Formats: sequence, C-alpha cells, structure tokens
Amino acid sequence: MRIGIDVGGTNTDAVLMEGRSVLAAVKTATTRDVTSGITTALAELKRQRAFDPVAVQAVMIGTTHFINALVEADRLAPTAAVRLGLPATASLPPMVDWPERLVRAISGRAYLCHGGHEFDGRHIAELREDEILRVAEDLDRHGIRSVAISSVFSPVNAEFEQRAAEILTARLPGLAVSLSAEVGRMGLLERENATIVNASLRELAGRIVDGLAGSLEGAGIRAPLYLSQNDGTLMDVDFARRYPVATFASGPTNSMRGAAFLSGLETCAVVDVGGTTSDIGVLRNGFPREATTEVSVAGIRTNFRMPDVLSLGIGGGSRVREGAEVTVGPDSVGYRLAEEALVFGGSTLTATDVAVAAGRAEIGDPGLVRGLDRSLVEAALRRIAGDIAEAIERVRTSPDPLPVVAVGGGSVLLPDELGDSGAVHRPRHFAVANAIGAAIAQIGGVVDRIFPVEPGQRRAVLDEAKQEAVDKAVAAGAKPGSVQVVEVDEVPLAYLPGNATRIRVKAVGDLQMEAGRD
Amino acid sequence: MTEGFIEERDLDDVAVGAAILGTGGGGDPHIGRLLAHAAVRAHGPVRMVGLDTLPDDAVTAMVAMMGAPTVMLEKLPSAEQAAHAVRALASYLGKTVTHLVCAEAGGVNALVPVVAAAELGLPLVDADAMGRAFPELQMVLPTMYGITATPMSIADEKGNRGIFDTTDNKWAERLARSATIDMGCSAMISLFSMSGAQARESLVPGTLSLCAELGRLVRQARAAHRDPVAAVVDRLGGAELFRGKVVDVGRRTEGGFARGEATLDGFDGHTGERFLLRFQNEHLVAVRDGAVVASVPDLICVLDVEAGTAITTETLRYGQRVRVIAAPCDPRWHRPEGIDLVGPRYFGYDHDPVRVAAGAMA
Repeated sequence: MRIGIDVGGTNTDAVLMEGRSVLAAVKTATTRDVTSGITTALAELKRQRAFDPVAVQAVMIGTTHFINALVEADRLAPTAAVRLGLPATASLPPMVDWPERLVRAISGRAYLCHGGHEFDGRHIAELREDEILRVAEDLDRHGIRSVAISSVFSPVNAEFEQRAAEILTARLPGLAVSLSAEVGRMGLLERENATIVNASLRELAGRIVDGLAGSLEGAGIRAPLYLSQNDGTLMDVDFARRYPVATFASGPTNSMRGAAFLSGLETCAVVDVGGTTSDIGVLRNGFPREATTEVSVAGIRTNFRMPDVLSLGIGGGSRVREGAEVTVGPDSVGYRLAEEALVFGGSTLTATDVAVAAGRAEIGDPGLVRGLDRSLVEAALRRIAGDIAEAIERVRTSPDPLPVVAVGGGSVLLPDELGDSGAVHRPRHFAVANAIGAAIAQIGGVVDRIFPVEPGQRRAVLDEAKQEAVDKAVAAGAKPGSVQVVEVDEVPLAYLPGNATRIRVKAVGDLQMEAGRD
Repeated sequence: MTEGFIEERDLDDVAVGAAILGTGGGGDPHIGRLLAHAAVRAHGPVRMVGLDTLPDDAVTAMVAMMGAPTVMLEKLPSAEQAAHAVRALASYLGKTVTHLVCAEAGGVNALVPVVAAAELGLPLVDADAMGRAFPELQMVLPTMYGITATPMSIADEKGNRGIFDTTDNKWAERLARSATIDMGCSAMISLFSMSGAQARESLVPGTLSLCAELGRLVRQARAAHRDPVAAVVDRLGGAELFRGKVVDVGRRTEGGFARGEATLDGFDGHTGERFLLRFQNEHLVAVRDGAVVASVPDLICVLDVEAGTAITTETLRYGQRVRVIAAPCDPRWHRPEGIDLVGPRYFGYDHDPVRVAAGAMA
C-alpha cells in the first residue's frame, strides 16, 4: 500500500491506497512547520483505517511550499548565477529580466565566463579553469552558498556545466550547485531563470525534506519518500533536495491527475470549480497537456513544464448580475461567501444562490432563495454552462470527443450534461484529488533536443529518442516492463542545416516498489 | 514615441507591432526587445530620422540578424556583435556610416537596428526595406532598384568578420547562408549600403513608427476593452479574412525552411467554413473553401482571437482560436519584378498573387 499527501497552503490532505482503491482519506489543516501537519494527517489516516506502518511501500508528497516561498520572496538563500557562454550572450547577463525586488531577495550576483556550445555541439569557447576559480573566490568572499550554472546549448551538451561544478565544489566543498541542463529545456534565459530560482530554494529544500522524512520516521514508516513533480511524475528525496523547482506546478497537476483517476478516464478535460475561478485543463493518457509557451512565475519568465490550465472567473462566490444580459463573475465575494450569499442571509446574489435555487445543491438556507425569478436562475446557469463549455472547447487538443470531469466545491454549478462533451463525471473523493494524484504518480523520463533528421531517417531518429526517454525513466526508478511513451512532439526548425528538428519525448512507468513488505 | 526618438518605454510596443508585421515569421522579437532595452538603458534614446529628411549624401547601412531564431534564444546575440558588423562594412567601404537602416520591419530584425543604433550612437531611419518580413536576403525593394546587397559584412560573437562582394543579391544570400551556419547559425550582417537619395527612393517609409503605433493600438484597445484586431485591420487598411480554430498543423523542413499548412475551422459568422494557411516561415497563402483569398506579397497575419497579438508559424498548434487578417503590402511589390522576387510562384505555389480586397489599397 502507499500513502499520498498533498500539503497545500490551507489544507494537508492524505490518502491510503492499495492498488487502485482508496482505503482512507483525510483532510487536516496545514501547519507552519509542515511536519506537525503531516504527523496529524498520518494519525488521522490510521484512525480511519488501521495499518501497519511497515507495510507502507511508498509515500508520495505534493507540496506548494517552494513556489509559495518564491512568490512571498521569503526564506530564499543568497544565490549566484554563473553563465558559460562568453564571448556570446554578454549583452543580456543573468537576471536581466527579473523584477528588482527578487534580485534583492536572493542577493543575486551574476558572473559571465567563457564556454558554451554551438547548436551542433562545437565549442563556442573553451572553459577556463582560472576564470571559474576566480568566481569561487568571489563567492567565498560574499558568503554565497548556492550557485546556478548555465551554459549555452547545455541541453545539447552539459559537459561544461558539469566541469564548472567540479571546479567550484573542489574549491568550496559546501557549495550547493544547480545545473541548468537538469532543470529546463531550450531557451537560455528561461532555463537559466528556473535554475537560479532553484538555487535560491536549495537550503529551504534541505530543511523541508528533512522535516518530511522526520515525520514519516516518527510515524514508524520506513518506506521511501517521493515528491511530486510538475509533470505528474515522481522524484526521490535526493533529487528533491537538489531540484525543488521541479515541484512548482505539482498542485494543479496532482489535482487533475487525481480527478481523472477517480473518474476512471485517461483522456478528459478536468474542470476544478473553486470559490472564485474555474481551472480547466486537459489530460492525455493520464497526463496534463503542458503549456508550450513561457510561463511567468512571480514575474520571472521561465520554461518550466507547467500544465496548460485555463482559468475562468466563475466560481461558487461569483456575483450574478442582471442587465441587458445576465452575467456571472468575474468578481467574487470569495471567502465572504458564508456572510454575503443570499442562502446565508446576506444580500449579494452569487452563483451558489442560483445553484441552490435550481435545486442542484443544498447549501445554507434554500428557503432564502425560493423567491428568485426562475428565468434569472435559468439564464445564470445557462451562462455558466456556456462559458465553461466554451473554455473546454479552447483547451481541447484534438477533434475527438472529450469527456468532462468536474471537481471542487463549486462543481454543483455545472449541469449534468455539457454540450458536445456529454455527461459530466463527478467522481467520489474529489475533495482529496490532489493527494490521490500524488499517490498514483509514476516515474518519468524526458528527452528534449534538436536532432538532425536526414531524409528517410525520421522513424529511426524518433525511435532513438523514444528509447532514450524510456532508459531515463528506468534509470530514475521505473519498473522496466511498465514504461510507455506517452508524448511525442516534433517541430522542424527554420534556417538550420540538416533538417534539424526539435524532438520531445516523454516516457513514464510504474514505480519499482520493493516487494514482500505487505 | 516622443518626436524623433525611440525611448525605452516605446520598445514593448515596437515588439508587438513588429510581430504583427512579421506575418508569422521573422523570429520572436522577445530577445530583440530585451537587447534593445539594455542598449537604450545604457546609451540613451535612439534618434529616429524620417526618410524624407535624409540628406542626399547620407551613407546608410542596414543591419540585421541572420540565422535561426531558435538558436538566437539560446546563443543570445550581443549589441557589440551588431556594431561589429556595421564597423566591418564601413571599413571595407572606406566611408563613415551616418545612418542605420532596418532591413525588415517584421520580427526580431525590427529591433536589431535599434540595438545597433544605440550601441554606435547613430541615428536610425524610420523606414525598412520590405514593409513586412521575408525569408531571404534579396527579398527587399532595393533589389528592384538595382541596388546590390554587397559589399556586405557578417560578424559572429567571437570577433570573426567577413566581407562578401558578389555579382548579384542571390549570391549574397547563398554565401552568407553558408557562413552563417559555420558561425553557429546566428550572425549579424550589415549590407545594402546606399546614399540618402537611393534610400528615399527604394525604402518603405515610416515602418518603425508603424510598428510602435500598432503595438500601442493593441495595448490601448485591450485596456479599453475594445477589439484590438479591428484596430490593427483599420490601421493597416486591410481586411479580416477569417475567424476560426486551428484543427490541424502539418510541418516539414525543406532546404532549411520550415514549410507547412494549418487548417482552421470557422466560428463567429464563418461557421461551416474551412480555411487553409500555407506557410514557409511566414504565412504565404490563405485559402478559404478551396479558393485563394490572399497571398504574398500582401501581408497575411494570424492574431490571437482576443489579445490581438501575433502568433508565429512555429507556435501554431491545435486548438488555438485565431483571426486571420490580410493587409496590402507596399504597392511596388506588385510590379512584375516584385512578383518575380516574392510572388506565390517563387515559393512554389502555381498561381498569380491574390490581392487583399476591402477598400484597402490607397
């Protein structure tokens, strides 16, 4: 059996799962120290369904801790960026496009050194050991403990990043090093930004991972601990200590994957209706489609693998207005729903009131909305259904029929049938979808590089890329026979010789769990 | 834009407008925008000179980036590299360059001259050589006036510089393309040096301020909840051809160019209609229900249905909701010698050019 835990800003949810069935599910409050919240959640699980801690084979945790630390510019370590690329790239040094506030929050320092590769693997310049050593002296002088290393075209060849890391750590043994080739894909500034953010979170990551491991140990659990990554796959604790940035989008990803799992659908749209917004995303083969464009996090442009989620200003607290036409949202009474909504004796007409008046839910006092104009109620609900259906249409990735899974407290706003999508699926346990998403996560491997594709060789090149992704997944801990390629994307690139094509392949497989414990 | 100067606050507008005039190609102006910000911050605003006020004896030179936009996102070009290219050309010519000129008002190359002008402290002419983006070096109006691209210089970031002096502009394209690959697929070039008199005759006036104006119109329309696409169509004197959703994108590379087709299904008054976009880096031909409704040399731009910002051919993907607009090019492109250079047949489509309808052409 396995345990999935989701540590959100407000709630810590936990589930105990055996195979595909949910044995127990609890919701507790997140605590400032994280650890005691998890201890409480584990104790609650045990009360709901007694289990032998030693029989637990794996614990998967999803957390928004690291992205929150960045957004709040809090608990970030003094960080330096070392870029290998001179004589290229000098006009746009590291952090050139960052908000000043965040550069200050990490006491950011930038160094430009020789190195880097061309698109075809040639060296732009040789790495100079003396330059790197001078950087080490300066880091030491300024008390910087964490460094991000980026090198031009390191997704093609990461040798310079690795060599620079060796030189720096030989001179400064305690230095935490983050390599851009491990963090992001093509696009130097975006990849470097993500790496610098990662470096600034390294010390916090160490403390959090220790805390998580400690609370498991305290509960008598000896199983390995994994953290959820942005793309819905897992990383082990060693990787989590080094690459906390890979957890940034795990919240929405786990929620979508958990919802899909609960509904038994592998390919579907998930609509998560909250108090203020509805978040709509698409899963293909059980994994969220990733945004292809750059994603800004706290004002920093990055190319993280984030799920492509469309947010719509419709939620349980959305204001409903009459006029030439009835409108719903985008403004919401938010957390004051329990005071302002009509069903709670307030004076604001909200989406929740409309749902209650239509008999879709029993919230507050239904008697307070009995007198609402029927045509207004119907118009508002039609509006909600229409806007959501249109948003689903926008996130579709193919013309095939796409079933809809509705989750979240506001999902009562949705009708039972939605346009072309047919019946709306409303799975049980959806309140803990995040924790379930963590518990069912698999191990993945990704390849994203420019490949020369000679005429007639396309198939062979694709096969090579697929094999490499599969091998990476197995190396990361996937059960060899279970690994499948779930995504293949190829984009031919303009103005490059040899019919260069950017190929991205993702493979995932089941976590290789130690047998014989249960 | 303050009278006669490009300031830092104008650059984001210029980038948005340049992406629209890029007609799907020309490279994402993002890196160009960042470089221009850095250069203008370091050296101050760039003085911009109207084409009509350019002295007859001015010595102008174009400066542009040549290579793969994807490479530029990784091996970031530098301001100095652009300045190097201009200096190399000046030294071969034995003249002092007095004004810089933009070769291509679409995409990243709209901003490269701003970077070079700031770096070199030279004024920039408010004009360009095509009024849009095209994929090859000889595809500029000056070619039609017998003005040669060469002598041209090429510079990499390592300090290597080269000069080509060729018999015609197609040779310049061919040799420069090979050198660019050896330079790591991202080089700065300076070319088409001409006198002020030649520049006035052969360039498209006002295109840099047009980029800034388009960007400003989109920004202001969005802030006021008006339709940004309508504002762009209106300003360009074009027509909206289609609204629809991308339902298929097919791509392949041929001879180093990314060719492909995108299929759109209509909505909002176009329901039931099928639209096809044929592209080779830039959008070249637009087909509605089997009939060509617009083609090069006119501009075909694909814009986000709500934001009004341009979508490049490389980022087109299933599910995007777009509006396709067409706008008239500089009328000189429609002369027979212009059609030979950039008409549909040059790109391998066996039909005559189809001009934008609307009350478009002035």
